[in-house]
Amino acid sequence: MSWPGEQNEKQTDMKQFITFVRKEFYHVFRDRKTLLLLFGMPIAQIILFGFALTNEIKNSKIVICDYAKDVSSMAIIQKLEASKSFEIEKNLLSHKEIETTFREGKVKLAIVFPANFNHDLAHLNKAQIQIIADASDPNTANTLTNYAAAIVRDYLQELLKNTSIPLQINTDVRMIYNPELKGVTNFVPGVMALVLLLVCVLMTSVSIVKEKEMGTMEVLLVSPFNPILVIISKAVPYFLLSLINLTIILILSVYLMGMPINGSILLLYFESSLLILTALSLGLLISNSTDSQQSAMLISLMGMLLPTMMFTGFMFPLENMPLPLQIISNIVPSKWYYIIVKSIMIKGLGFSAIWKETLILSGMTLFLLVVSIRKFKIRLA
Amino acid sequence: MTNEVVIKTEKLTKRFGDFIATNEITFDVHAGEIFGFLGANGAGKTTAMRMLCGLSTPSSGKATIAGFDIYKQTEQIKKNIGYMSQKFSLYEDLTVTENIRFFGGIYGLSDKQIKEKSDTLVQQLGLQGELKKLVGSLPLGWKQKLAFSVAVFHDPKIVFLDEPTGGVDPVTRRQFWDLIYAASDRGITVFVTTHYMDEAEYCNRISMMVDGVMKALDTPANLKKQFNSGSMDEVFFELARGAKRKAD
Repeated sequence: MSWPGEQNEKQTDMKQFITFVRKEFYHVFRDRKTLLLLFGMPIAQIILFGFALTNEIKNSKIVICDYAKDVSSMAIIQKLEASKSFEIEKNLLSHKEIETTFREGKVKLAIVFPANFNHDLAHLNKAQIQIIADASDPNTANTLTNYAAAIVRDYLQELLKNTSIPLQINTDVRMIYNPELKGVTNFVPGVMALVLLLVCVLMTSVSIVKEKEMGTMEVLLVSPFNPILVIISKAVPYFLLSLINLTIILILSVYLMGMPINGSILLLYFESSLLILTALSLGLLISNSTDSQQSAMLISLMGMLLPTMMFTGFMFPLENMPLPLQIISNIVPSKWYYIIVKSIMIKGLGFSAIWKETLILSGMTLFLLVVSIRKFKIRLA
Repeated sequence: MTNEVVIKTEKLTKRFGDFIATNEITFDVHAGEIFGFLGANGAGKTTAMRMLCGLSTPSSGKATIAGFDIYKQTEQIKKNIGYMSQKFSLYEDLTVTENIRFFGGIYGLSDKQIKEKSDTLVQQLGLQGELKKLVGSLPLGWKQKLAFSVAVFHDPKIVFLDEPTGGVDPVTRRQFWDLIYAASDRGITVFVTTHYMDEAEYCNRISMMVDGVMKALDTPANLKKQFNSGSMDEVFFELARGAKRKAD
């Protein structure tokens, strides 16, 4: 017999742990379908929520308010008219008419040339255009302003070709009615909560139950490997994969959707790790209450998807719900995470503003973890 | 076979509420012995085996495994036993090598030990060409032989086999038993539950569980003599006839 001495116990534990984690990664990477689901889901979600609602911009009606009426403004207006995207509804005489036109609902974008536009450009090398959008439909507003800004940039490029003077045209974008572009800001944190919860709960519960179903769990429990380490080793790959997932979601939402990250990214990752832990404990709890992969999957989907969609606040505003439902929403972890993420990403707040929510989430995690580990131990007895 | 006792139980009992799954069983198993644990479905075999492996705590009674107490020293027991469940117990989505490395690893063997032992194992089973294949793609007989070899990979004192040969043909079963004999020759005690009476004949001694009670314990030859019957089938039938419990 060649059992390592007591002094090597720690080292052996670590090696066993690494062996186990490696095995978990094999499982994850061998299962192509799950892997596809794992990383395909967030991308699909972001694209669905972000773009499915947006129509292709074609002949969108815009209004022009041209105080300058000079060569440059005319040229840009001509370019706008020539593009397939826009159709100039009318020329306004003053700023004040913009809001009245927006209220009629047909026009979503107004472009304002200040007086002296060409003069500024020629003498100061710098001029300004204002783009005003009706942002009640945030996706459309975003796309329209981007298109318009691109056309202005196009014009500038043409000018720059014939001169060495570093000309500049600044586009000043104003969103009215919904300056925060609420659509994106609502759904990105929501999708983050949804994806992290679903992936972690589903994957952990299924992977633990799978071991039970296959009979390998018994073999593991008979081995000298610490049962608690079984659980931790199972959690490690999903924890890492979830962080990767989170990164993908963030990249997509920042570069594709124009979602800001005003606060600390580090704090965002820390809080997300907390939610992932919550989800992993939930997955563990589910895996303790069932012996088949199918039912684990069903419980995870039903138990996670619906409450997360309903009670997080990104689909249905919680303030409008009846009081009992509002109270129920407090036990949904994603609700607190949602508040945290919005505070960090949009408002740019620090930890001092979200410590309460963090504490609640930590409390939930601790509770779930204690309950599920106790349940796990009882099963062993 | 030596006289060293590696499994010793005394009135070992497991109750689930009013139901007594295993009722005061007492027996000894010696080092290197192949000990057959027989009984109809629901007779309490699996419960007894789970207690001996440390998967389940007895309600009362005493037992030592490899000299360690079943209540207090489960960690030491775990290091000294191997286990193969009736659900064939390797990872199907891992290759042969990965499975061997994994199970060697969680039993704390060094990389060098794993390398040496797996070379021997692979030769013994003739698996040279299959190392990189996923276990799920191997035929059932090979999976079971591999599962057994993995269960004794860390040279345990005792290996517990829970109906290891379910669903394989007689030839493969015979080969499987060759592996069991080889392990026994190396001094590993084999504790095996089975339904197949021809397999019972291969054991050094067998015990028969009926309704949670151990009704008989002896060598196959002695049992046949005692019940005055020509085969183990008849002995089993004779004993199990009195069972009141329904099979689960």
